Amino acid sequence: MKILVCISHVPDTTSKINFTDGDTKFDTNGVQFVINPNDEFGLTRAMWFKEKQGASVDVVNVGGAETEPTLRKALAIGADAAIRVNTEATDGYAVAKQLAKVVNDGGYDLVIAGRESIDYNGGMVPGMLAAMTDANFVANCISLEVDGTSAKAVREIDGGKETVSTSLPLVIGGQKGLVEESDLRIPNMRGIMMARKKPLTVVEPTDASAETKAVSFEKPAPKGAVKLVDSDNIDELVNLLHNEAKVI
Amino acid sequence: MSVIVYTESENGKFKKAALEVVSYAKAIADQMGTTVTAVAINADSTESLGNYGASKVLSIKNDALSKFNAKTYAASIESAAKSENAKVVVVSSSADSKYLAPLLAVGLDAGYVSNVVEAPSSVSPFTVKRSAFTNKAFANTEINTDVKIVGLSNNSFGLVESGGTASVEDFSPSLPGSGVNVESVDKATDKVSIADAETVVSGGRGLKGPENWGMIEELAEVLGAATACSKPVSDLGWRPHSEHVGQTGKPVASNLYIAIGISGAIQHLAGINSSKVKVVINTDPEAPFFKAADYGVVGDAFEVVPQLIEKLKAFKAQNA
Repeated sequence: MKILVCISHVPDTTSKINFTDGDTKFDTNGVQFVINPNDEFGLTRAMWFKEKQGASVDVVNVGGAETEPTLRKALAIGADAAIRVNTEATDGYAVAKQLAKVVNDGGYDLVIAGRESIDYNGGMVPGMLAAMTDANFVANCISLEVDGTSAKAVREIDGGKETVSTSLPLVIGGQKGLVEESDLRIPNMRGIMMARKKPLTVVEPTDASAETKAVSFEKPAPKGAVKLVDSDNIDELVNLLHNEAKVI
Repeated sequence: MSVIVYTESENGKFKKAALEVVSYAKAIADQMGTTVTAVAINADSTESLGNYGASKVLSIKNDALSKFNAKTYAASIESAAKSENAKVVVVSSSADSKYLAPLLAVGLDAGYVSNVVEAPSSVSPFTVKRSAFTNKAFANTEINTDVKIVGLSNNSFGLVESGGTASVEDFSPSLPGSGVNVESVDKATDKVSIADAETVVSGGRGLKGPENWGMIEELAEVLGAATACSKPVSDLGWRPHSEHVGQTGKPVASNLYIAIGISGAIQHLAGINSSKVKVVINTDPEAPFFKAADYGVVGDAFEVVPQLIEKLKAFKAQNA
């Protein structure tokens, strides 16, 4: 089984979110970038496929040279090879289009992507990629088993979960549940040393223009201070929720 | 030329989010000088959508669509959008709508923008405001394709009743193979789901153990709310994973979010930030949640929550 894990290079959760160039660009100054958390669960699941079922695992990112440390980290965790599509990730459609070319050229059976990136939160790349490559697709995937060309997956739905059967080729939008947080792997020194020798191939982009464009960014209005209610005066809380907040 | 809107239903009954997306589609249609056509799959009382601004309903009744499937549902909506020559398609932010929208976008060659929080600021160029950076910012986003798909964030627009009427037409799209087959569904049918809820009551490690969730469930029942929990609580196995809200769990966009015994780690706040009114109950006045909340009670949950239940019951009795 040939597995491709899509890796988004995203600001760490604790990053300060600011914008530059007249609020048109994300300010990367002082921001630490990490593997997108949703992708990290998928990467670890892919490692299990490799160790238990002899799968090969490649990782891919669409982005400039600045994303290579994130790909090296994925190699240090255990991926066999990395691919970087050398173009700026402009919108979900353009990224999916670049990934579709990588998937078709590489003949992957299973593509594991995160359900969404924690920066732009589009949540569309896995589904678009599946549609573009004629693969089956499971969103919000919290469990996946593959046997030959058949797959069984669990999808989180509103208020519960759904178990589905499907077949390869398959794309999933993965999340926590594929593996647990305690299963996530931190690269060790040996892994980091080995990652330096593993192939990181830079491929030039195919023709794909974005369909959408973020023209400007804004931050939510600053929130007022919390209104504290005395724990002996819960009537007041009910009163505030009813008359002031108007939510009950 | 109309605006197409996909209206989700469950057991034949429209979800609240369906009425909200119709209200929203009507606002777009007014801006563009056109009308709203709703697509309903195996739903009853489809004419009721007129009250929220639909002029026409394409009603699909097909046993092959009795279970949700992203591919066959997307194909149905695609076929409706093409037959109506729609330029805009509106969907909600439910798990199912977010599942099918990317497939629909590829099928229609349409640019898709998710998590949209208000009516378009302009229809030419078509520009919508969406939340990004896990609710820490908004991005004003243009869609530059001929056909556009807008995914509306739940509870962001509200219901607008216009008192109109809708004509209903049967619609029978041809369906592709499903590719993915549902084996079983595990879902609490007697409970409000986090995605649909207007109010969410959420418990954290401060509750000390799963045996203490009775009061959380009681409070939720009084408020008609969904129950949720913090990540440590689901990691400890006190509550099911499906209740975990936060960055790696479910996102919450309710009108009222009540956090009980939750300190407010940044990953938790990221997931619940788009809730409109936040209440925190915690013994520690230094808990970060107090900085994110609108209302706070510094106190022991085991004393405050029973009081709150009692006061809310009295309030309900008075306002019934």
